[in-house]
Amino acid sequence: MSAPEHGVDAETVRKIARLSRLHVDEDRLEPLAQELNGILGWIEQLNEVDVEGVEPMTSAVDVSAPLRADEITDGGIRDAVLANAPKKDSGFYVVPRSVE
Amino acid sequence: MSDLTQLTLESALGGMAAGDFTSEEITIAHIDACMEAADLNAFITNTFELAIDQAKASDARRAKGAVGKLEGAPLGVKDLFCTEGVKTTAASQILGDFKPPYESSVTTNMKADGMVMLGKLNLDEFAMGSSNETSSYGNVVNPWKKNEELVPGGSSGGSAAAVAADICLGATATDTGGSIRQPASFTGTVGIKPTYGRCSRFGIVAFASSLDQAGPIAKTVKDSAILLDSMAGYDPKDSTSLNVDNGDWIASCEKSIKGMRIGIPKEYTVDGMPAEIQSLWDQGVEWMKDAGAEIVPVSLPHTKYALPAYYIVAPAEASSNLARYDGMRYGARVDGENLNDTYERTRAAGFGPEVQRRIMIGTYVLSAGYYDAYYLRAQKVRTRIAEDFKNAWESCDALLTPTCPSAPFAIGRKVNDPITMYLNDIFTVTANLAGLPGISVPAALDKNGLPLGLQIIGKALDEDTVFAAAGALEKAANFTAKPEKWWT
Repeated sequence: MSAPEHGVDAETVRKIARLSRLHVDEDRLEPLAQELNGILGWIEQLNEVDVEGVEPMTSAVDVSAPLRADEITDGGIRDAVLANAPKKDSGFYVVPRSVE
Repeated sequence: MSDLTQLTLESALGGMAAGDFTSEEITIAHIDACMEAADLNAFITNTFELAIDQAKASDARRAKGAVGKLEGAPLGVKDLFCTEGVKTTAASQILGDFKPPYESSVTTNMKADGMVMLGKLNLDEFAMGSSNETSSYGNVVNPWKKNEELVPGGSSGGSAAAVAADICLGATATDTGGSIRQPASFTGTVGIKPTYGRCSRFGIVAFASSLDQAGPIAKTVKDSAILLDSMAGYDPKDSTSLNVDNGDWIASCEKSIKGMRIGIPKEYTVDGMPAEIQSLWDQGVEWMKDAGAEIVPVSLPHTKYALPAYYIVAPAEASSNLARYDGMRYGARVDGENLNDTYERTRAAGFGPEVQRRIMIGTYVLSAGYYDAYYLRAQKVRTRIAEDFKNAWESCDALLTPTCPSAPFAIGRKVNDPITMYLNDIFTVTANLAGLPGISVPAALDKNGLPLGLQIIGKALDEDTVFAAAGALEKAANFTAKPEKWWT
């Protein structure tokens, strides 16, 4: 598969920022596009590497994924879990309304 | 009493065992040194009161004959390791006043072995950086100075500066692309990243999970072996933790390297590298020969692709890992007009520019239509890089390379040029991509009197050979220089 053109414009940055859940001010879109293009352009050199038939790397040392019994080993620590919440009430997190 | 902060970890443990001084005494000596060294900005949070309590408890254990591997030693912890009840920041504002209700497995091991924790050490925000300048708690200053203030390297710059300045006997660190070895090289200290999977990642704030690995920064090769022996070990809480025994690393540091085959990768000679670094590397080759090693030229043809591959894999994994910071369950929250706006404003306020840049790169390379062209291709290039090493191991047992392409540079010099900054990791990042152990050993001072390191890279799980080669290198280099204490 051929690599995409590394032409990130302000509109693409707006979309990436949205996907990243990062607020970006309007006047920062263009400078960010230039920054990202600089980095993506540098990354393009990977297209020189012949990766035909090469498996993607998944692990440095070959090991099989460990299995364990599906049982509860922890819990009952509500107050510890909630201790760092920015807002909480009566044993619950308090979050902005997400369903109108 | 002589200055207890000048001791190595090995001699400090010996001194406490011999009853020459107590943990409380050596801990207080280090707390005093830490307070004098405030200008280095090595700590984000100090835990001096806790340290004195831990030291007293250690002395009480010792009196009863219970002595752990790190018994009573005052050490520092990179502020990327969760420490129960002690603020953990990752040098980011987004974590707010987060106090973990649990302890990382690495520091759990160290506490069980008798560590005294002096505090939480400064770093690049989320360990993303090579100079410590991305910390939202201000940059760390390198104890080594030349007319102007220099960076300590990164991301474990606080760990490296604290050890170089003799304000901690040793410190924990983490290495995703060179974050242990590059700051070790910049500060005249020893830093080892073990084989991926040796140290549990449980409770370490995640950056790029397939690359992140913990290790120590220490004053000597043997000190680094003592620390790693405590930090490493199987942990069921990390599914990538390897269920293998530690080697006899402390003994390996003194093993002869007679007959060891040391590979010299030709691709590690790069354009623009200072002549001094090339000549130090040549000197290293002579040292290894004199110690009885056989020198073998090797080729790692995909070396030049390591950094670009890294700057796909690491941001991609970071963008996924950092999705958890939503301001709902912990950390700082900035209220917006609705839920999405709250997320976006929380994250824009909480993450610094470099972290945001990497989240966006990562999001882009993982986004629909680009996954195959970027992330999948990078992971295939990574396989190529790992194959290069496997081929090299046909003819050698370990590699000798420079740690970094430069000496420590001035604060502010590279901060606005991401790619130049990224090039700092050119010799270290390959070991992360292939999951191999690598150690930086201080080898010489450059013409400006600043430290330079050499690196040994070994086979997966062969830390024994790495420690033996590093021990021989350390002995030959006889690096005894210390920074002048301008900060007291």
